[in-house]
Amino acid sequence: MDALFELAVFAALLATGFLAGRVIEQRHYASIRAREAQYADVLAFGFRFPADRVTPQRVFLVTGTVVVSADYFKTFVAGLRNLFGGRLRAYETLLERARREALLRLKEDARRRGARMIVCVRFETTSITGGWAPSIEVLAYGTALIPEQTNRAT
Amino acid sequence: MIVSNLELIPGKRIAAHLGIVQGSTVRAKHVGRDIFASLKNIVGGELKGYTELMQEARQEAVDRMIAEAESIGANAILNVRFATTSIAVGAAEILAYGSAVRLENP
Repeated sequence: MDALFELAVFAALLATGFLAGRVIEQRHYASIRAREAQYADVLAFGFRFPADRVTPQRVFLVTGTVVVSADYFKTFVAGLRNLFGGRLRAYETLLERARREALLRLKEDARRRGARMIVCVRFETTSITGGWAPSIEVLAYGTALIPEQTNRAT
Repeated sequence: MIVSNLELIPGKRIAAHLGIVQGSTVRAKHVGRDIFASLKNIVGGELKGYTELMQEARQEAVDRMIAEAESIGANAILNVRFATTSIAVGAAEILAYGSAVRLENP
């Protein structure tokens, strides 16, 4: 009887994780796509130096960070997959979402402070322990530039 | 105070190198957030409480780094890097470091 009860709880958690997790992931992707279009005018580069010898008026550090958690279903599937090895697609989407979200927040930070260009963008990923499901933190940081206004006669 | 992860700021000249400056903080989440986060682990998604915590911690590390740079007479910190290490369950160290310099206009 106890075993049956435990099985029922496990199945319920799995189902909740699968259904709610899917809805949350799809909503997150929809929001990411919408905001990516919205922030398309903020340029982010990995270059260490700004292009075209831009003389910045002002430079400052900008950051974007997000902590996301896997759901119960993903954790279970990943546990199974671990036995055979191979791609853990469930976690790939989790990390992709986190990274795109962090980049968006980086752009948001830059735009709020009046910049349209970020150079030297770096990513850092840390897994946070605790809880049943792994959580990861993704940090994106870079230097925002506000170029000098040049009054070029055209 | 200019804080940047670039090695050189276009249009500025480095007058003096003043060495490495750093700032760090060790943070733990409080139990309420932990309980909420473990519920959130079932359905997945963003752990907003943790995101805020990390942001606050990183800001504090940067503030401490800036304070150190100011105390040695720097007006900029270049090549800033971040590092995060989880040192125990529920606790993390956030470190910010960079090179303190004195910049001047050429």
